[in-house]
Amino acid sequence: MTIAFVINGNNVEVDADADTPLLWVIRERLKLTGTKFGCGIAQCGACTVHLDGNAVRSCQTFLEDVAHRHVTTIEGLSANSDHPLQKAWVAEQVPQCGYCQSGQIMQAAALLKSNPKPNRREIVEAMDGNICRCGTYPRIIRAIERAIGET
Amino acid sequence: MRVERSSTQMHRLSRRGFLLQAGGFTLALAFCARPGGAIAQLSNKSPHPLDLHRPNVWVTIGADDQITLISPASEMGQGVMTSIPLLIAEEMDADWNKVKVLQAPIDKAYGNPKFGGVQTTGGSQTTRAFFDPLRLVGSQTRKIILSSASALLNAPIDELTTEPSVVVHRATGRTLSYGQVAASGRFPDSISEVTLTDLKPVADWRYLGKNLPRIDIPSKVDGSAFFGIDILLPGLLYGAVARPLVQGEVPISIDDAAAQPIRGVKKIVTLPYGVGVIADDVWAAKKGRDALKIIWSTKSRARKYSSDQALSEHRALASGERGSPLIVVEHGDAPSALRSAFKVMTSTYVSEHVHHATMEPPNATALVSKGRVEVWGPFQAQTIVQSLAAKVTGADSEDVAIHTTLVGGGFGRKYEADFALDALSLANAVPGQPVKVIWTREDDVQHGKYRPIAAQFLQVGLDRTGKIIAWHHRIVADSIMARYNPVLFEKGGGLDASVTEGINFNYEIPGLLGEYVRVDHGVDVGFWRAVGPGYTKFAVECMLDEIATASDVDALEMRLRLLDRQPRAQKVLQAVAEMSGWTRRPNGAPLGIAYSDAFGTHCAQVAEIDASPETGEIQVLNVWCAVDPGPVMQPENVEAQITSGIIFGISHCLHEQINIVNGEVQQSNFNDYRVLRLSEVPEIHVRVLSSPMESPGGIGEAGVPAIGAAIANAFAAGNGGHRLRHYPFVPERVKAVLKA
Repeated sequence: MTIAFVINGNNVEVDADADTPLLWVIRERLKLTGTKFGCGIAQCGACTVHLDGNAVRSCQTFLEDVAHRHVTTIEGLSANSDHPLQKAWVAEQVPQCGYCQSGQIMQAAALLKSNPKPNRREIVEAMDGNICRCGTYPRIIRAIERAIGET
Repeated sequence: MRVERSSTQMHRLSRRGFLLQAGGFTLALAFCARPGGAIAQLSNKSPHPLDLHRPNVWVTIGADDQITLISPASEMGQGVMTSIPLLIAEEMDADWNKVKVLQAPIDKAYGNPKFGGVQTTGGSQTTRAFFDPLRLVGSQTRKIILSSASALLNAPIDELTTEPSVVVHRATGRTLSYGQVAASGRFPDSISEVTLTDLKPVADWRYLGKNLPRIDIPSKVDGSAFFGIDILLPGLLYGAVARPLVQGEVPISIDDAAAQPIRGVKKIVTLPYGVGVIADDVWAAKKGRDALKIIWSTKSRARKYSSDQALSEHRALASGERGSPLIVVEHGDAPSALRSAFKVMTSTYVSEHVHHATMEPPNATALVSKGRVEVWGPFQAQTIVQSLAAKVTGADSEDVAIHTTLVGGGFGRKYEADFALDALSLANAVPGQPVKVIWTREDDVQHGKYRPIAAQFLQVGLDRTGKIIAWHHRIVADSIMARYNPVLFEKGGGLDASVTEGINFNYEIPGLLGEYVRVDHGVDVGFWRAVGPGYTKFAVECMLDEIATASDVDALEMRLRLLDRQPRAQKVLQAVAEMSGWTRRPNGAPLGIAYSDAFGTHCAQVAEIDASPETGEIQVLNVWCAVDPGPVMQPENVEAQITSGIIFGISHCLHEQINIVNGEVQQSNFNDYRVLRLSEVPEIHVRVLSSPMESPGGIGEAGVPAIGAAIANAFAAGNGGHRLRHYPFVPERVKAVLKA
């Protein structure tokens, strides 16, 4: 079936099975490969995108769920990679392998949108669903706290 | 053209390309008159940059001053895409802002010298292998530039110096940029070969030892970083392969009636080890694969394997008289010293299978077309993938191009080629069309190359004064090399240095005997970050703690005595003691200490933990770490790698476990293969010490080995001497230990 939705400000129509995970539509069909596949069961957060501004796991969000809604991926987070979190991520040299970082940043961006000045406990709570196998966790916290300080 | 013993011949490849020797490499140097000329040659997918004698172009200097350097190792988070080209840049005095880094194509020339020129990234061997050779490459390049500039400026070479990418003649104030030299086309016919004495003294380092931003990081915050999974090609097809639950079974009959009608499914391919589905899109491939009804054989040896039972058998073998141990290391006469010892202490340590669970699941893309093969993916072992591709497709190795992408986590898993085999097998069935295979997380967890289970028996003899006079360490585990490199395994007489690494150590003990007993279960085991030291240091460092406690000696003091002739080791131990307030310990929370000398790096760690007797949960509160990897290229990156290793180490010693029952893996995804999350991460304090005149040690794995022992030792300190001797320290085991 054909589903229309908005991704990073652009109207798109996608013809695929309604139960296709949004993740694969974004990555392989719309060629926005910044969103990553990690587990397929909403356990790791690598595929996190924003749906109408809220962080969701795109591996457990299906094409039929997004009809006429707004999806934002890492590619659409900022115009020039200059979201305060992206700048803080570079300043703190957070990524190692980098694979989970799109999801980490999208998760953190949704947090700051709903709670611009989260405390440490709130940060930890919001980020606990995003696995980083390289263990960049301490720098993720530092980067979020830096971004809070600079906004 | 002169050929002299003391000089290296500049073999002219073309008008602007040269071959010469430097740092043990045959170095080709490319100068181009046009901006980016040679760069295009490198990036148009040709595996042979200059296409003459397959030379390795390490350095390309464009007339526009752009310098292109090759990164020979796979970037999987350890920072080598920055730190390794930087070795060349430092010595050639390149302007780092004008440097572009290219991932090496497949070519023997870019192989790791410590692995006999095989192109692989692992074993914490990248910096160790390339540190001298690539600095020599840089130095040789600078020498050629200076020699050419000398002629161009008509000035003696010893009056010339360099600033980044610029030759300077101080006496006259004249300068020539490297690009201008390259554009001139005037080069010496012969030049003396640089040696280690020509390298810059550490004090003159411009880049090394500083913190330069990693070049891969900007792309990793905006989604543009390119991993294997991100390959998109015209006409790309997707593949998925059904594998048996038990390793080694084969498909007997296949019912694809439900798979065929699925929209997008194009082809079902029977493989020797499974059944593949090729489809138009990734979801159709997975649906098609899941719809197959396959009857598998039931004859595999692996069917008899259960890890619980095997571990009990290993344990019995370790301390018993059966089995025929091979000697790994032997100093003095440990057996007779044990017989005459005043006191003998024994302990057995065991560890379960653990899995890599790289965030980027195994994946690869292949295109087979008219005798040529291209493979894209996150590979740690390009040479292995290349020979596999030749074998599967019948192509000549020379006609196989390997395109290495960024690696979304390696940890040893992507040292394997099984995921490339899927892509190659399916691409071979649809010539001319590229096929991408992405493993699901379930595929990944259930078809891993797990770290072998191990039982380690230690027997330590003390004299009347409590001094250690004999140390006997026996490891019972399957071999990784027997599968991965049988030729090497045979040559080594059945020893496997990767599995037993860490059994030998810096501690000075008169009688040392390290032994290995191989047990072969027919279930693949593999290299898991830190490999042997990941468990051998657990045993060694806990055993030392047991002895210290029994002898009523401070655990730090005991290590310092045993490392009397190891000043670097003593320094990291003293540093970590100072950082953690070790000597104030009686007033504070119980701490545990451990030290690792693995990978040529000295690493001392202290852990502070809290263990709940009710729930059996262990919480790590603080980790202090002092590390000396020799010369430090990028201090903040060393800190990042060591922190990463500590977190990886905590994750595995608290949570990670793969259970195999009758050959079937019981875990399947992150819901049942638990890895450490952000809320469980302690405060981690790392101090990086530099020993610039020493040989470099590795940092990618060095943080892993000691942490489990530090945690177990802290646990014993806080819980009346109860010892955790079984990885991982899951709640049931913790509670059982406390009840004992």
